[in-house]
Amino acid sequence: MTVGVLALQGAFAAHAECIQSLGVATVEVRTPEHLAAVDSLLMPGGESSTMSQLLLSSQLFAPIASRIAEGMPVFGTCAGMILLASEILDGRSDQVSFSAIDISVRRNAFGRQVDSFESSIHTPIGDFHGVFIRAPRIERIGNGVEVLGTLGDEPVLVRQGNVLAASFHPELTGDARLHEYFVQNMTQTRKV
Amino acid sequence: MNSSNGSSVGTQRVKRGLAEMLKGGVIMDVVTAKEAKIAEDAGACAVMALERVPADIRRDGGVARMSDPSMIEEIQAAVSIPVMAKVRIGHFVEAQILEALGVDFIDESEVLTPADETHHIDKFGFTVPFVCGATNLGEALRRVSEGACMIRSKGEAGTGNVVEAVRHLRSILGDIRKITQADNAELFQWAKSLQAPLPLVQEIAETGKFPVPIFCAGGIATPADAALAMQLGAEAVFVGSGIFKSDKPELRAKAIVEATTHFRDAHVLARVSRNLGAPMTGIGMDEIHESQRYASRGN
Repeated sequence: MTVGVLALQGAFAAHAECIQSLGVATVEVRTPEHLAAVDSLLMPGGESSTMSQLLLSSQLFAPIASRIAEGMPVFGTCAGMILLASEILDGRSDQVSFSAIDISVRRNAFGRQVDSFESSIHTPIGDFHGVFIRAPRIERIGNGVEVLGTLGDEPVLVRQGNVLAASFHPELTGDARLHEYFVQNMTQTRKV
Repeated sequence: MNSSNGSSVGTQRVKRGLAEMLKGGVIMDVVTAKEAKIAEDAGACAVMALERVPADIRRDGGVARMSDPSMIEEIQAAVSIPVMAKVRIGHFVEAQILEALGVDFIDESEVLTPADETHHIDKFGFTVPFVCGATNLGEALRRVSEGACMIRSKGEAGTGNVVEAVRHLRSILGDIRKITQADNAELFQWAKSLQAPLPLVQEIAETGKFPVPIFCAGGIATPADAALAMQLGAEAVFVGSGIFKSDKPELRAKAIVEATTHFRDAHVLARVSRNLGAPMTGIGMDEIHESQRYASRGN
């Protein structure tokens, strides 16, 4: 099994390290050829507007969309969550998203960098130290979306079928439990 | 810094975290809201708001200072990507002002006229993260020891000439590679010769990498320059005068963004390098007197 890490821009290297720490191979995905070689895909944090443009110029948008529709497991954090959302609020008008999970997400909803923070978050697989960097906020959750993690009362980790999304950065804390959850519960139960 | 609800802002992890998010991207110098929009449209991951690009600072001479807050606010209002701004080396009050404006990253920059010839800013005292320039590993580690969350090569800003940035990257990254091979006794000598804190030298030896992201800045003018910096080991690039001093800023900006992502793919580099019009003219290093070089400011 090979986990792809979308490597157009952002914190892809830190995600790859988390996956590799589980003994699982990774591939940096920048082209359709790279995508064809992976079984699942991580979408890292970074700037979602930058990634949106690079998804189009690198001819990756359509192939990723069809792989997700076919059931490829995908895990997006921060900007990656924005790319997966069905609705982006405060995004650029030309910004694309995969509409792979039925949530509305507001970009930079927690404020500028001086408002970025770390805090404890609660999930069924344990408490996590959540790092929120100019983080997006999940403002609406559709039917069929399961809330797996909360910060206070608000959802910060959600799942719908083959799609997992977090508004924080598990890759920045050296804690690979969420990556392990993704690899063990989402990529191996997939029907081929 | 802890808030009442148990969450903390301004931690090293949160500050270094934004530097992580900018990796693989292009940070562009802009002097107006219109240029900032062009940069965002082209796929910049952040913009650096300043009154004059380095090439103009070099041409005009005089004292170069922090930009007018209203100009920075206009740029903040125009784009949704992070906005950075520059302060003079050692000018912690300019930094306090930029933090109050909600700037996302502060560049304590040799491109502006230094305010303090001996001391850099104590960057641990701020919630906003800082980037600092460096020409070698010792300088880079001293900036980290003062709280910098990102290091960039100094290069020689405003020249459109990448040679100095290449020298600085090779020096910094080459010494990191040597330290990862050093034994414990040699690490003491490394710390001494670099004039850098021993614990940071030991951290490099243990982890095999520098404590914060290392970006390239200074003289990048073409997509090939950006890809060169990335292949040498930079993790992202700053482009200063190189975009808006060229013939076709929109096209060149987009081309440099694509080149930074696909930096190992020569076919993409060939495609994006076509028909960009004239790059900025540039200056040879032998045309700049030693005293006019920015890289020697603040070490």
